Amino acid sequence: MQFVEPTLNLSVILPIIILTFSTLLLMFVDFWVPDERKDITGWLSLFPLGGALTATFFQWDTIKGAFNSSVLQDNFSTYLSILYLITGMLSVLISIGYIRKRGHGRSEYYFLMLFSLVGMMLMGMANDLLIVFLALELLSIPLYIMSGFDRTDLNSEESALKYFLLGAFSSGFLVFGIALIYGAVGSTALPDIAEGIATSGTVGLAGIAMLLVGFMFKVGTVPFHMWTPDVYQGAPTSVTAFMSVGAKVAGFAALMRVLISSMGSMDEKWIPALAVIAAATMIVGNIAALTQTNIKRLLAYSSIAHAGYILMAVTASTKSDDGVGAALFYMMTYMFTNLGAFAAVMAMERFSGNKQLDLDDYKGMGKHNFAFAIVMMLLMFSLTGIPLTGGFVGKFYVFKTALEADLVWLVIIAALTSVVSAFYYMRVVFNMFMFDGEIDMPTVPNALKLVMAVAAIATLVLGVLPADWYTIAQNALMTTGG
Amino acid sequence: MGHPIVFLILATVAVFAAIGMLTSRNAVHSALYLVLNFCTVAVFYLVLNAPFISMVQITVYAGAIVVLFLFVIMLLGADQLPKASSNGGLQYILAIFATAGLATALILQLSGFGDGTAKPESALDASPEAIGTLLFQDYVFPFEITSLILLVAMMSLIVFKAQKRKKQDG
Repeated sequence: MQFVEPTLNLSVILPIIILTFSTLLLMFVDFWVPDERKDITGWLSLFPLGGALTATFFQWDTIKGAFNSSVLQDNFSTYLSILYLITGMLSVLISIGYIRKRGHGRSEYYFLMLFSLVGMMLMGMANDLLIVFLALELLSIPLYIMSGFDRTDLNSEESALKYFLLGAFSSGFLVFGIALIYGAVGSTALPDIAEGIATSGTVGLAGIAMLLVGFMFKVGTVPFHMWTPDVYQGAPTSVTAFMSVGAKVAGFAALMRVLISSMGSMDEKWIPALAVIAAATMIVGNIAALTQTNIKRLLAYSSIAHAGYILMAVTASTKSDDGVGAALFYMMTYMFTNLGAFAAVMAMERFSGNKQLDLDDYKGMGKHNFAFAIVMMLLMFSLTGIPLTGGFVGKFYVFKTALEADLVWLVIIAALTSVVSAFYYMRVVFNMFMFDGEIDMPTVPNALKLVMAVAAIATLVLGVLPADWYTIAQNALMTTGG
Repeated sequence: MGHPIVFLILATVAVFAAIGMLTSRNAVHSALYLVLNFCTVAVFYLVLNAPFISMVQITVYAGAIVVLFLFVIMLLGADQLPKASSNGGLQYILAIFATAGLATALILQLSGFGDGTAKPESALDASPEAIGTLLFQDYVFPFEITSLILLVAMMSLIVFKAQKRKKQDG
């Protein structure tokens, strides 16, 4: 075997290179940052993100593969990378003050977050199951640690342990699926799988099933959602915000690429399975959220429900041209709304005694801090899907694409569960405006205010003037390049 | 693929070692069964004309990983597991059905009765040189990602270790 130098085509992974190496640089710089002023590292970590974001913008509308096409750069991956990097920036902003108190000022938090983002970006670009697996590990391992970052808090430790065990378990499923598919097809590259999967028989099917189970664990859909509420509740809230958006979107990104570009020919096999999972997810997520009294748990069940809506668009993506676009647009609205909602939760949270995470703690907020209450209301409206918010437009396109794919029964379930979801989201709003109560709100750091403002404005813009943004999402097509 | 009898003997040993690992109540015995299983798999690789992978299997799995297991088991004194708390027969039944289904699918396909096209590649070059070439030629990017994953794992360990020390100091 002669060694042939591989074609590198480094421009494809330029944002990843920038992010990785500037993070490594930041780790060195961090040596000179005194222990009590680790906030500086947090602020500095915005630079790698900004650099990677700039490089990503220049990638729009170019389609290229690198490393034997095992990673692809197309508008799909570019769009997603931009989403992750914005998620990263907003997450860093909400984390800075919070980690000083709850993470005891350790700066590794930011490095872990940046490396996790590298994994997420790779998830969107991966065109080979091997890369999908490695990217998934690279995104998950930092999240396990980050959810246990507050070592003095037992809940945080419980969260990390549960997330780690179930994450390892689901990775096992994923690898088993990959192995079976490799056994059936003889390759892990998605284009090769697309060629061979239709004739691969039962082993290929078993592989697809295992692969789907692995992905469903990661994105937290019913019946693989059991870990979500405990992990989301126990983890530091900034981590919950980050993973409820980043990890979920990344899981869906790889799922879409794998399903559409390599298993599109098998869609009559996986569409029914995914449709049932999507329906179960929307029903269980929304109904279980009704009885929650803790706002983090409520948002955890809400994120399960939203995974169901995204999955609905994924299910429709081979039958309807707009499936991918609708899913991507939904992810954008979900990102801003959810990050904003968690930022609001963090603004209220305290670190000892009554942690102020109960829904009852929001009673009387309308009188105490009107701006906060209005922003929170807007975000809750968006999560419900009330018109003039991004959430409504996102749901509208998802429903439309599912109708185009003849999934009428699924759309009916989705619409009904959306109505159910109004009950629990509105409970937050009612508590804020209809009740009187003593509010003991800590002073809100400016960074949190900024994130809430960005989230509110983005939610409104996406709700009132969605056309241009939806066009961008529609143009974020994936190539099946080989 | 060697002589069929060699395969049958090895396969029997491997399966029984795996079952023994699962059913043994003594954690040390479990770990030793695991070694046996790893070693038989290593011989499989040898028979399949892949000496390098076979040696890696022995040094990494049967060597390093099982030694680590044994260390943890003995350090924690967890060599005697408590009586298993059976959470209902349903779980067992489901597991048995799923395993049987998967096994049937695999057997049907690999023995040629299925509709599949999978064939084992017999003339695979699995020398260290070939693996090295493959690793740095086709799989250089996954290789680099792995290095990043290891870095993250190392950092994670430091985070947990250092915080523990801080707690003891304070």
